[in-house]
This record gives sequence, structure tokens and C-alpha cells, in this order.
Amino acid sequence: MIGRMPAADLRSVSCVEDVWQGLRDNAYLPDEALATAVYLALRLRRPLLLEGEPGVGKTEVAKVIADWGGGRLIRLQCYEGIDAAQAVYEWDYARQLMHLRTMEATGRAQGADEASLADELYNERFLVRRPLLEAIEAGDGPPPVLLVDEVDRSDDEFEAFLLEVLSDYSITIPEVGTFAAVDPPVVVITSNRTRDVHDALKRRCLYHWVSHPGARREAEIIRLRAPEVTDTLAHEVANAAAAIRDVGLYKPPGVAETIDWARALNLLGGAKLDLANASATLGALLKYREDRDRVIEHDLAAIVSEAAAAPLA
Amino acid sequence: MTQPTSAATGPGRGDADPIDVAVGFAGALRRAGLEVSLTSALLYAEALSVCDVSSRASLYWAGRCALVHRFEEVGVYDAVFGAYWLGSPLGMANPTTAVSVPVMLQVDDGTDTATDEEEPDRDSDVITVRYSATETLATKDFADYTDSELEEARRLMERLRFCGPTRPSRRLEPTRSCRGRLDVRRTVRAAMRSGGEPMRMHRRVSGRRPRRLVLLLDVSGSMERYARALLRLVHAAVAGRSRVEAFALGTRLTRLTRELSSRDPDRALRAASAAVPDWSGGTRLGSGLRSFNDEWGCRGMARGAVVVILSDGWDRGDPAEMSEQMQRLRRVANRVVWVNPLKASPGYAPLARGMAAALPFVDDFVEGHNLESLERLAELVLTETGRGSRRPRPHAAGEGPVPVAAGAEQ
Repeated sequence: MIGRMPAADLRSVSCVEDVWQGLRDNAYLPDEALATAVYLALRLRRPLLLEGEPGVGKTEVAKVIADWGGGRLIRLQCYEGIDAAQAVYEWDYARQLMHLRTMEATGRAQGADEASLADELYNERFLVRRPLLEAIEAGDGPPPVLLVDEVDRSDDEFEAFLLEVLSDYSITIPEVGTFAAVDPPVVVITSNRTRDVHDALKRRCLYHWVSHPGARREAEIIRLRAPEVTDTLAHEVANAAAAIRDVGLYKPPGVAETIDWARALNLLGGAKLDLANASATLGALLKYREDRDRVIEHDLAAIVSEAAAAPLA
Repeated sequence: MTQPTSAATGPGRGDADPIDVAVGFAGALRRAGLEVSLTSALLYAEALSVCDVSSRASLYWAGRCALVHRFEEVGVYDAVFGAYWLGSPLGMANPTTAVSVPVMLQVDDGTDTATDEEEPDRDSDVITVRYSATETLATKDFADYTDSELEEARRLMERLRFCGPTRPSRRLEPTRSCRGRLDVRRTVRAAMRSGGEPMRMHRRVSGRRPRRLVLLLDVSGSMERYARALLRLVHAAVAGRSRVEAFALGTRLTRLTRELSSRDPDRALRAASAAVPDWSGGTRLGSGLRSFNDEWGCRGMARGAVVVILSDGWDRGDPAEMSEQMQRLRRVANRVVWVNPLKASPGYAPLARGMAAALPFVDDFVEGHNLESLERLAELVLTETGRGSRRPRPHAAGEGPVPVAAGAEQ
């Protein structure tokens, strides 16, 4: 993106307004609740657990905090069966073996005692760092942002492990020693709530439920994210999206979808929402055939005309 | 329920010690039924110390982030926040006090229902030829149970275990066979021991995990006589293994997993009955299933899971909705089992509109009117077979002796 603000020092934010402004400068429009939650997470150095409907911008929060603070975004996408080797570290066995062979071939292994040989093999050179270790080990500079995405997809065993890492921000590798974070990373954990995250992990975190924005804020978000879209179109799209969410769909559109929709409409050259361009681009908003049918049946024409008629609230 | 008596219990804002403030407010939340741990209260105190507590919004959000861990708790939090900080009366605004209807789980009336003649389907001659009390219970219809029998049945039900079915896991496990993927880590580790010479290739194969089991229990009026017995079964399933979810379907959907997760059956059943606001109310199965699909099922909970619906299929709603929601459920679930206590009645045909609409999307349609049939249900849920493969048909009633809870001596 163009016109990036200079990075802010995340640890020295002094009030909720700073956070609000900081996120906004990086093209994310939080409500007061989310800004407070982020502020507390930064000040108290606690992980922030975000739950909410898919598509309300949970993952985006972490990306924007990283942009804002100038730190690196380290993402750990959770999935079922994820374990320490994929989340923390792994030894590069193939390279270790190769190294051993090279030493044998060059005769360096001859005469070397066992301990020094082992030291050489368990050198940090052969350590493959995975996201958690990376986040803990990051040295000076702005703190990195660790995004643990969709934690509800992982197994509960992994959650317990995550809790251990997040409670003292240190990781012990038997062959090397303990890595402790000088400055703990900013941690954002997201969950789509397909199952309950364990209470112990929740107690460790600040919890925030992210809900769909109101039409007014959504219009602002669209303008912020897709500046090419006109004000009128953004408001109409936001109003229509709010009405469509009330129809009772399988998958009510998220903010990401509304932004896509506004972009699609803009691309087709529409400065205003009308029935023709709305139905042509509905696929950007609704991803189920049944949902599409339901919205059209429910009178898309009325939704469109009401969205246009509604005052810019 | 105890309530903070007046707004006077709320401490003045401003110069008070954050710890005292946090402890006081956490106490008020606990009295309103929220679980607030000490660590959360301390976190709240920390949050207060960095927040502008003279702003009501900061005060509110700091507490919500630190003390509330579930979206469902927000209502209670709001009410207590209002009462504690703003001095508004707690009374009706508090959803927990408004909805907790203490219900007849353990109490009353086995004899009443036994003499109730609106369903002439129970053949009492079957009961008389059985020998032990356990055997009698095994085939006795739940609707005919007395309280003491219900108690006994509960003990037997706790022995039922739903342990399967399983599915391949993404996690790889070491194996001794020579199939599977090469486990470089273990191979090299072993090779180090033999001077860098890989003497043996270690391998890994994917392990197996139990599929998630989702139980939806109909608690409407028509199911009343069965629901209290079946709730015990649901509790046994939830407490017995991991990855089980339980819901009550009435006029609305209530999640019971947390309430039933206590191992103490009395406590669990009490908590569950308090959580369900609409015991023995009307039935809107279709819309109940819809909210399950919307809020939980299609989002991931029912994906690849075995979904068991315990219901008689009486639905006052629109059959089209029912069939639409069943279709959705079936598309994401691995298997849909419908347990209908009425199925055992002689001459039963699934004529109830809801049942007829749902049936085409049900993989297994079984009876669930007595212990014996529940044993068979447990066996059925345990079998490996998914959709598409040949499923063992549930036995017809009375076909051969089924060992019911063999350990239970009478």
C-alpha cells in the first residue's frame, strides 16, 4: 500500500485512541471495543483471542498491528495434527547426516572426540525454526506479531502446548538450551469456534468477540480498503449487505466479501447500485447457490432500492 | 439466586485499589452464575490499572475482555455491569435468572405415566417372562419406568460407551511395519547410534482418531417421557469420551456440552435441566436444526462427524424447512443416525410430517425406547462403516438375547 505511516512503538501506546488511530492509519477501522482489546493486549503483554463469524476481519487485525508497529508478521496456521515439529522447531536431519559424511570423507571426524562431534551436529545451523521459535527468538527491533490462526482446528493437545509457550515465552531445546524472548511478541489468536477453546488458554488471553460492523462503519471500511469506490456506492453496498444479512442465509457475507462486492461493482463501471449490476455481481458476495436463490427470491430489487433510498446514516 | 442487594455494594470509582475493585466485581459476576477464575480477576485488575476507569466504555470493555470468555456470557455480564456500576436493578435483565426453569428430572411420577393409556404399544407380557430385574429393564419401555427404575437405568446407561467410529488422523504415528512414509527423524537418530550408518528404516503411518459425535436431543412435550431417560444416555456419552457435543432441541436450540461434562451425573443433569429453558414445550425441529446448522454444524462441528438425533419426529414447523436442513446436515456429516423411541411401536410408520420429511436424509433409522435398543445404538455408532459402504441393519426387536450391561448384578 502507498503512503505507509512510519512505524509506531507498540509498547508505548498510552491510550485507546492511539490504537484506534494507529489501526485506522493502516486501513483497518476498529470499533471502540476492539481498539480497547488491542490496547489492553499491547499494554498488558497478553495474547489476544479473537472469536467471531468467518469473514469479520479477525486475521486482518494481526496483519494490521504488524504493519502499524513495523514488526514482522509470523503466521502459524493451525490444522488438525499440527505438532511441535511444525510449530516450534525441527532438526534438519538430512543436512546433519550429510555434514557427518563430509567430516568422515575429509578425515576431520578422525581423532575428534564424541562430545565435540555431537556439538557440531546439534549446531543452530541445522535447526529449522518454525513460527513459535521464530517469534520467541526475534532479537531487537520492533516486536514481531505472532498470528496463531484458527486455533480451533488444532487438537486439544496442541493447545496445551501453546499455553505452555505463551505463559513464559520461552522454549527449551534439549540439545541447545533455552530460548527466552527478550521482548515478548504481540500474540493474536483467532478461532472460528468450531469447538470451544480450552478454558486454561482463554484465561491466559484477553477475549474479544468480533461481530459484523454496522452499515455506517462498514461503508467507511469499504472506502478505506477500496478507495477507488465512490462514497455513494460504498454506502449503498453497506446498506444492501446489512439487509442481506438479515435474510437468513447459510453464510451471511463477511466484510471481506462486501469489499469484494464493492470492488466488483466499481470495476463494472457502476457508480450506483442497481438491480442489473447487483445480480450480475452477486457471486462476489454469496457463495452458496441456495443463498443466492434466497436473496433473489426475497426480492433483490427491493433490497437494492431501499439501500439506495436509505439516508447515509 | 443471590443478588448484590443494592448499588451501594458497588465501590466508588476513582481512587480505589484496582485489586479490591476487581475482586468485588468478580464476586458479583460469580453470584450471577458466571465462572470467574482468580487469574481472570487479576488480569482484570491489571487491565484497570492501565485503563482510564473514569470512562464507562473503558471500564466496560476492560472487564469484558478479561472476565468474559464466551459470547453467551455477554448478557449476564451486561446485566451485572449495569447493576454493579450503574445501579440499575438486576432483576429481569439477567438472562440466567429469567430462563432457569427448574425441571422435573429426577422427581415425580413414574406410576402416572405407566397408567397413562394414550399409547397402547407396550407389551407387558414381554416383561413378565424375563428373569432378573436387569433383564426386565432392558426391554421395558422408558415411558413405563418408575423413578427407581429410572435410577437403575441410569447406572446401566453409564456403562454404555460410544468409543467409535474413527477416521484417519493427520498425525503420523511410528510403525513397525515396512509400509508408510519414511521417518527421517527417527532413522537418522538411529543412524547416529551406529556411526552414521542407517541400519534400519523407520516409518510412520497415519493414526486414527475418533470422529466427533454430535447428539441432538428433542426435549419437546411429545418426547417428555423419553427425554429424561435419554438425557442420561447423552450424559454418559459426553462424560465417557472426548469430542462429543450435545444439544437440546425444543422451541430453540441449547448447547449442553458444558453442562453435561461434569462426571457427577446428578450435577450434570441438574445443570442441563437448568440450562434448557423450554423443557416439554412445543416442537420446532426444523428451525432447531436450522440454528444448529447455522451456528455450529456447517461451520465445522458436524463436518465429518456422526450426528445422532434423538427425537420422535413430531414437528409443528414447515416440512420443507425440515427436509432442507436435514439435507444440509447430511452434506457435511459423515453419518446421520435418527433414534426414534416410537419406532418400536407395533404398526409404527413414520407418518409424522417432520419425520417423513427427514427420513430420506437419514443413514440409520433406529429405535430407542428401551435399554436394549440403546445398546444396539452404541454398537451401531461404534461400527467403522461410513456412508456408501454396507451398514449393518439394526436388529429387529426381540431378535436374540442381547447382553445388557453384563456387569450389573441384581
